[in-house]
Order: sequence, then C-alpha cells, then structure tokens
Amino acid sequence: MTLSVFLQHCLTGISLGGAYALIAIGYTMVYGILRLINFAHGDIFMMAGYFMIFAMVSFPWYVAIPLVLIATVLLGVFIERAAYKPLRNAPRMSIMISAIGVSYLLQNLATYLFTALPRGYPTIPILKKIFQIGPLSASLVTFITPVLTLALVYLLVFLINHSKVGMAMRAVSRDFETAQLMGIKINRVITITFAIGSLLAAVGSILYFTDRMAVFPFSGALPGLKCFVAAVLGGIGSIPGAMVGGFILGLGETALVALGYSTFSDAFTFVLLILMLLIRPTGLFGEKVTDKV
Amino acid sequence: MENNAYLKITDLSVSYGGIHAVKGISLEVPKGKIVTLIGSNGAGKSTTLRTIAGVVKPKAGSIQFDGKEICGKSPDDIVSMGITLVPEGRRVFGNLTVLENLKIGAYVHNDRLDKYLDDIYELFPRLKEREWQLAGTLSGGEQQMLAVGRALMSRPKLIMMDEPSLGLAPLIVKDIFDIIKTINAEGITVLLIEQNANMALKTADWGYVMETGVITMEGTGADLLANESVKEAYLGKRKED
Repeated sequence: MTLSVFLQHCLTGISLGGAYALIAIGYTMVYGILRLINFAHGDIFMMAGYFMIFAMVSFPWYVAIPLVLIATVLLGVFIERAAYKPLRNAPRMSIMISAIGVSYLLQNLATYLFTALPRGYPTIPILKKIFQIGPLSASLVTFITPVLTLALVYLLVFLINHSKVGMAMRAVSRDFETAQLMGIKINRVITITFAIGSLLAAVGSILYFTDRMAVFPFSGALPGLKCFVAAVLGGIGSIPGAMVGGFILGLGETALVALGYSTFSDAFTFVLLILMLLIRPTGLFGEKVTDKV
Repeated sequence: MENNAYLKITDLSVSYGGIHAVKGISLEVPKGKIVTLIGSNGAGKSTTLRTIAGVVKPKAGSIQFDGKEICGKSPDDIVSMGITLVPEGRRVFGNLTVLENLKIGAYVHNDRLDKYLDDIYELFPRLKEREWQLAGTLSGGEQQMLAVGRALMSRPKLIMMDEPSLGLAPLIVKDIFDIIKTINAEGITVLLIEQNANMALKTADWGYVMETGVITMEGTGADLLANESVKEAYLGKRKED
C-alpha cells in the first residue's frame, strides 16, 4: 500500500468517523441528562434523511438544509414530549422501553409512508464536487465532514462550559432534584438537550447519506447502534469522548475494508464494545467520581 | 402563636414513595424569626421542607407564603418568590466549580452577580479562596458553607435548612449555627430541621416536635429544652428516677 492510498483511506475513515461522532453526541448528551439511552436517535437520523429527500424536491439545497434541520429538531423535541416526558418519574426501565417503542414506531411509520424500497438521496452538487489535494482526491463532503464535526463539537463544549444554559445542563446531569431547587426549569433544559442532539443528527445525516446515496426505513438502525457504541467507547456522558469514539469507529471500519476484511467491519464495532466493557467500562473519558461524602 | 405568620402551613398531608409521610400538620413561621422542626429520622421533616420547596406534591392542605398560596407551584416559581432550601447532605454540584455553584444559586436572576458574590465571600472567606476548585473536592464543612452560600445567592426571604450540621465536626457545627444567626440577623426568616435538637432549640425562637408525620409539641426553644419528654427523646437525657 502506497502512502497516498493509505492517506486516502485515512481521509475516508476520518470522514465516516465525523458523521458517527455527530450522531454519537446525541446519545451521550441525552444519557448525560436523563440517564436514558435514546434508542430512537438512530431513527431520527433516518427520518432526517427522508426529510432531505422531500425538501429537495421543491427547494434548492440552501433552503432545504435549514428546513431539514428545523424539521428534525421538531421531531426530536416532539418525541421527548410525547414519549419520555410523561414517564419522568417512572422507573428508568420504563422510559428505556418507551424509547425502544419509539424506535420501532419510526421504522414502521417510515415503511408505511415511504415503502421499504430504498429511495435515492438527492445530490447536493456543491458537496459532491471532487477536490484534489496533493495525491488525495475526494468529494467536498469528505473533506468537510471532519472539519464541521470538530467545529460543532468545539462550539458545543464552549456552550456547555461557558453559558448559563450550559451550566444548568451540567447541574441537571449531576443532580436532578437539587437543580430544581435552584429554580432551573428541568423540562426546558431537557428540551434544549434533545434539540441539540437532533440538530447534530440532522447534520450527520446530510453528511452520511450524501456519501451513501440511498435511504430506507432501516438505514438508521445500524448506524444508530454503532454511534451508541461510539458514545460508550468514549465514555457515555462525555461529549469529547463521543467524538473520539466516533473517529475510532470510522477509522477502524475503513481500515478493515481497506485490508479486505469488509465482512468484519460491523463485527469490529461490537468486538470493540465488548473489549471496552471488559477493560474499562467507564469508557475513555468516562465520568470520574470526585465526590466526598 | 402570633398572627403575622410569614409561612403558614395548614393541614398538610403528603404521601411520598408509597408512605403517608406527613399526616395533616399545621405550622407557622413568623417573619424574621428562626423556627426549628425537630424529630427523629423518618418523622417526615424533610418531606415537609421538600413539599414547601415544590419538589414534592402534597396530597391535601395548604401552604401560604406572605399571604399567597404556593401549594402546587413549580420549584422555580417558589424560588422566585423568595423561598430557598438547603438540601440534606449539602448536595453541591461536585462537577461544577465553587463559583459556578454560587452562580447557579442565582439562576432565577438575570442581573449582574458581582455584588451578591462579594456578600457571600464576606460571609464565607474560605469560598473565595477556593473559587476555581471543583465543589466535589471541598471538605464536608466547606461544602455545607457552599450549600448555604448557594442558597443565599437566590436572595431568599425565607431560607429552609435540612440538617445543616449532619456529619460535621462539633467545631464546624458551631460555625454553622453562628452563620444561621448571622443570616437571620440580616432579616432572613429561617426554618431549620435538625437532629441536633440541643443546638437547634438553643438557636430557635420557636420549635416544633414532629413524630411519624404529626406535630406532637410546640413551644419556645427554651421551653422545649426544659421539657422532660423532649429531653428524653431528643437530647439523650434520661428521666431521673
């Protein structure tokens, strides 16, 4: 393998990893606040794919993209209101089961509405333009994905560490009831969390499907599961962790494909999960407990 | 008691976690006073405070603050009205810095906090020194100071404290009670829950004794301190034969 081929594969891997990272952040943020694994998150990502297909029918891409982002955010927030909020005081297992239910609901709703046949993902001309940097050539989306991911993660971490609402999010994630005693409106914080998670999933979906060309009702299932693994790898609850986890998975899968073991690229993800859970269950950047009693 | 009750609870009943924890209690806290509620573990004291703060919903009864009904209001409304609770076990946000913990105490306010922070640092110089430290790294006593400071940042009219002396060294317990008196002297009404009945009754203007969800006795701190059955049950003194 020559150096340029190697670099080409790295670029592909980083790009795939970037899309994974954006979705993984949604899992990790919701887990951080509600201690809920939002199994419907992968399907929100899938729905964002369909939204794009329909938006691009009638609008140019620069109108379609904001529309898709808004629609996905509304979907995510609506799901939280309808399926999770009524269970706020229920045992954690109930809300988890509700999440699994929403996941199946979205998959079957999509099958019912859009049929199970894959639909072509619209091409956003500017993203598909081929660029050449030295010996590397790839479409713009491949270059843009990791850059956009890093920028969004930086922005998000900044927001969480330096804004009032970010401070409220950290407080809620640590201690629900005490956060309430401070006058924090818990439901508002949770809504914002779902909105951010869904927004990033929508961005991830545009980047991911532009490279994949087709959407079908189950195209959120496996990526969703993988991104959940990415979040666990990085240490669920940690945003930089989710990003690193996403990149590790993206690079690892691409490496296996490049070496000719593409059959094992999905298995790789789950082997990695098992190894991580055995060796370091809290993940790479898992919560450290600094409490003194 | 006097008629000018600032906080007035009437026939309050609360079920919590499947237990009928508070069974129709009535109590009053006059403006500018320190009132204490003593009683053993599981008597329903914490549930009472958490109901006033709005995090637990009552089954029946009324809670009036400054003449307005607050029963059923959300916790953020209650904080905005000037009631704050220092929860049992301090519950500082260990993943936030000391400064952030104080800022979050003022979450319902949107103005500049510098002046209020200075007031807190004057009361607790230790917190100023540790401003940038994560709250989880503070000692128990410092965490309690932070929890009180955080509550004061909401600019309360009534501060409720749930076992502020729990698990602290005797010297620090004395500090905590001095601080309670200081806060009260600044015009903030105090409702205090304590297992350390001795200190609480010495500090308080008025005391209530709570047992398994009902109030069994009330009186001035001094009266209750002198009462034989209170002595026996809460002050660790035996009746003389």
